[in-house]
Amino acid sequence: MTPPPGSLLAAENLRKAYGPTTALDGAEFSIHPGEMVAVMGPSGSGKSTLLHCLAGIVTPDSGSITYDGRELSAMNDAQRSALRRSEFGFVFQFGQLVPELTCVENVALPLRLNGTSRKEAERAALAWMERLEVDDLRGKRPGEVSGGQGQRVAVARALVTGPRVLFADEPTGALDSLNGERVMELLTEAARSAGAAVVLVTHEARVAAYSDREIVVRDGKSRDMERIV
Amino acid sequence: MSIGHTLLGLLESGPRHGYDLKRAFDEKFGHDRPLHYGQVYSTMSRLLKNGLVEVDGIEAGGGPERKRYAITEAGITDVERWLATPEKPEPYLQSTLYTKVVLALLTHRDAADVLDTQRAEHLRSMRILTDRKRRGDLADQLICDHALFHLEADLRWLELTAARLEKLREAVTR
Repeated sequence: MTPPPGSLLAAENLRKAYGPTTALDGAEFSIHPGEMVAVMGPSGSGKSTLLHCLAGIVTPDSGSITYDGRELSAMNDAQRSALRRSEFGFVFQFGQLVPELTCVENVALPLRLNGTSRKEAERAALAWMERLEVDDLRGKRPGEVSGGQGQRVAVARALVTGPRVLFADEPTGALDSLNGERVMELLTEAARSAGAAVVLVTHEARVAAYSDREIVVRDGKSRDMERIV
Repeated sequence: MSIGHTLLGLLESGPRHGYDLKRAFDEKFGHDRPLHYGQVYSTMSRLLKNGLVEVDGIEAGGGPERKRYAITEAGITDVERWLATPEKPEPYLQSTLYTKVVLALLTHRDAADVLDTQRAEHLRSMRILTDRKRRGDLADQLICDHALFHLEADLRWLELTAARLEKLREAVTR
């Protein structure tokens, strides 16, 4: 299947096995700039593997992934790392914030790693923290904030470099309904205003309802529901 | 929703004309489906006949629409009973979907297709509700949440069924 014209990130016929276990068995994917696509499916269906392949974290056994017209498999590790740092942002189920750093230092970290000065990085970090309504936590360490607040800090960190694609893997999986909802509202709003495309892996329908469309992964195969319905 | 009980409940705060009742109903409950005047007057006639409301006054020059209604003691008891009675859960969707899934399996069609299509339709509704919730006030949010949780419950059943399709196929084709 050829990816739809204008796709920012697209995958064709992806296969990936971990030993005897097939994780992806011909999966397809595409996303346009600024679009939010939910990747749904039961546990063990291959949806997280799909996300990891799309983000260049895991190399598929075969198949093609193109980002902005460039083939990921043609890049070396350093090029893929650079791509992840500058073009992609990540939010996982557990914020994975650095516990020794304050919240503002955590958010500023991707910019610092890219060589931005501390002052400039923290200024940009604070602007994102304001949008995610966590600027009052700037001096606190991750261990001192709630799960919902920590996830909002993680979203701010993921968006601080101005990525074109935000990968969110079960971003509300560890939160209660109310906090999960607030994280999704703010994540959606922030990503949309930044023009970032969002690949949202979730098994929760209420979370998927924030997306523009969904694909369903089952037994390593994907179904784009928009093309079917 | 029981329109009669809702109108009765609205009368508990004091007597109202039919028009006021319609306006109060539409404002609080009729976001998608405002009441027709005809519905209000036919409902009030029935409540009047059953002794749940009484005419509190008729304004000069008034036809039936100028009547002012007040709730009676029997009406208050009726509202109280209605509020205390749980709603019957609606098993219709599951029944219909279950029938479709079983039929697909029996006729060697892809039952997962049936479930995928239904999931997509449910998600379409959930997107509309999520968007409405985002733009709305607290009342809107609560109304949408109620609908969202129901749709989510359907989807949980759907996912569970999807995970058990093979077993179901064995059971129904045996």
